[in-house]
Amino acid sequence: MRAVGIILEGGKTEKLKDLVAKRAIPAMPVGGSYRAIDFTLSNMSNSGINKVAVITQYNCRSLLDHLSSAKWWDLGRKQGGLFVFSPYISSDNPFGYRGTADAIYRNISFLKRSNEPFVIIASGDQIYKMDYNKVLEYHQQKQADITIICKDMKDEDVSDYGVMNLDEDYRLKEFEEKPIDPQSSIISLGIYVIQRTLLIKLLEDIVSEGRFDIVNDIIIRYRRKLKIYGYPFEGYWRSLKSIGTYFDVNMDFLKKDVRDLFLKQYPHISTKVKDEPPVKYNPGACVKDSLVGGGSIINGCVEKSVLFRKVFTGTNSDIRNSVIMEGTYIGNNCRIEYAILDKEVVVSDGRELIGTKEKPIILKKGSVI
Amino acid sequence: MHKKEIISMLLAGGQGSRLGILTKNLAKPAVTFGGKYRIIDFALSNCINSGIDTVGVLTQYEPLRLNQHIGIGIPWDLDRKAGGVTILSPYVKEQEGAWYSGTANAIYQNIKFIDNYNPEYVLILSGDHIYKMDYSKMLDFHKKNNCDATIAVLEIPIEEAHRFGIMNTGEGDRIVEFEEKPKNPKSNLASMGIYIFTWKKLKQALIEDNARHEDSDFGKHIIPTMLENEDRLYAYRFRDYWKDVGTIESYWQANMELIETLPNFNLYEEFWEFYTNLDYQTPQYIGGEAEVHRSIISEGCEIYGTVINSVLGPGVIVENGAVIRDSIVMANSVLKEGVVLDRCIVAENCIINQNVKIGEGENIPNKDKPSIYNTGISVVGENTTIPEGIWIGKNCVVYGDTTPTHYDNGRLESGCSLILEGVEA
Repeated sequence: MRAVGIILEGGKTEKLKDLVAKRAIPAMPVGGSYRAIDFTLSNMSNSGINKVAVITQYNCRSLLDHLSSAKWWDLGRKQGGLFVFSPYISSDNPFGYRGTADAIYRNISFLKRSNEPFVIIASGDQIYKMDYNKVLEYHQQKQADITIICKDMKDEDVSDYGVMNLDEDYRLKEFEEKPIDPQSSIISLGIYVIQRTLLIKLLEDIVSEGRFDIVNDIIIRYRRKLKIYGYPFEGYWRSLKSIGTYFDVNMDFLKKDVRDLFLKQYPHISTKVKDEPPVKYNPGACVKDSLVGGGSIINGCVEKSVLFRKVFTGTNSDIRNSVIMEGTYIGNNCRIEYAILDKEVVVSDGRELIGTKEKPIILKKGSVI
Repeated sequence: MHKKEIISMLLAGGQGSRLGILTKNLAKPAVTFGGKYRIIDFALSNCINSGIDTVGVLTQYEPLRLNQHIGIGIPWDLDRKAGGVTILSPYVKEQEGAWYSGTANAIYQNIKFIDNYNPEYVLILSGDHIYKMDYSKMLDFHKKNNCDATIAVLEIPIEEAHRFGIMNTGEGDRIVEFEEKPKNPKSNLASMGIYIFTWKKLKQALIEDNARHEDSDFGKHIIPTMLENEDRLYAYRFRDYWKDVGTIESYWQANMELIETLPNFNLYEEFWEFYTNLDYQTPQYIGGEAEVHRSIISEGCEIYGTVINSVLGPGVIVENGAVIRDSIVMANSVLKEGVVLDRCIVAENCIINQNVKIGEGENIPNKDKPSIYNTGISVVGENTTIPEGIWIGKNCVVYGDTTPTHYDNGRLESGCSLILEGVEA
């Protein structure tokens, strides 16, 4: 094996509001059957990486539950397999992880006990499909110290990202984190390839200086000293940053090209197997342009929506442009439009929940209305 | 030495010849049911849900698909350090090889496997029934009555009793007599082919019977002999859904019953799930022009046409303008634009090309196999291709990579078969 994988949880954001009150972003349900982390985990496993560490800190219970068996990603191994690290308190370190670099440093024995030459560091909150082997080849061909996977966002607003200025050989010249006035439209996707021994040395150096962040203290600080290259990624890529992107990502799955990419084309995205029966369409069901997860029972109308597993919709209910998560129950004669209903929500008979595209209604997990 | 209180032996070697083309290349327990399941999933899931973690699966007829499906038992949580699932196929012994010649003979040939777990009790199951049963309750009954053997029975209408193995019972449901398909039935308790034996007793009976009968069988030999010996045999009454989907019509009917708003056999119960081996968990997509009602549809399907009153397996694609009515379509089959299916069973991995119509015309029984195909249902065997625009009637069978030259004027009249033999693609 050429590389080990590290999946970071992708930071804490308040912008996802109630949806992340009790779960880590990598555990966010996406695309009718998946959790956000399934995409990166499957990319790792499909790229032949069979030793992966997931480093988690905030609200990790739902994520730990999801990862309780590694076998679904073919990572239930004697050799390597899946490691999950969450912070613990020790006498010399009473803190949680103080930054992305600290999170890896505090689990540095994982790196020291490996003998794979490379490390792929990725983030568990991103939706994309990638063969990391291509990046590894590129990294070796460029004789790079660090390769950052990047994407040209063209006309999109990039002020919330790390913006990269590359030379014509794709070598990094400047890197600005969340710039007010971006100088380029190329952003870092926060996915890195680096030599394992170099990573160990950098981590030990910066942490001893009281620095804890990959972007500020490694990428930006070492941008001239190290050979850092950008690897341009062309395919579909989204990061779950806000309610808006969360809603849009789910709706993207209704587009044929996105659906084909994630649901049909080899290699497949894997997720925890749950044994739901087939979806049942009772008399009166009317479903158009929607994604439906296993075990759902449909009695009403559903249009342009993403329904996760085990959703129940009552007679004469009408659901449009909404994301309905696992185990949610919608009674008879309900009208739901532009809403995100978290898991196990109960909507009583006759309720109306009408949001707008800009401001969808959000009901948190387990709400009863 | 291992010690398991009870282990299960699952007989999965039967061909199920009355299922016609559906069991051409696979054993009946491997035939799909209810969209995503295979028939054997029900017995395997019942085992693990009843707390039985050691299962021997006896295979013989076309075992390949079954072996692949079961693997090391991961979907059923039957991948265990001690026990778990083991496929037991007939093998060559010192003198000669021997097929399983009867149900009891199959168990006889695996005495060593059973002894390895040193069990008190052995549960004998058949891999071709659809039901939900807690075997631990049956075991409690067996222990309470201090039985040598307990046979699960179903109370059936007395007028149908002549088609079953019937148990005549005395006090406390102790079995006094067993009659196989009696002309004048004395009771309505039909054997379900589910037995719990006290292993010591069964082992002795198997060894003795094997010396007498070459095709040692539970119904024909073991049970009658034990009754003669006045062993303690009891009937355990089971009062829930149980179905032997032995014929094309009953297979179709049992699938269709799942569609009912409140079906007799409920797959949606949270604490008695059925497990199956499916490598993907993809959601299904229902297109903007699609119409789906009264149907159950499995993972990864893409529906752009109309599906009414049908059961679809995983990964089925129904293109624009196709109309599927009262039909069963199994995994990964593609129904192209304008296809019309009426009362039809399409097996796995078929390609039905544009504007093919199946299931119209007169209800004439199949000319070659009238006893199998006679209720108007046409069947398309697995990996079959049907070229564009073909018209196919009722009670037809199609199998193989067919081309327009195989059809007269683009038609296959009701009651006709088109079966291309040869190497499988």
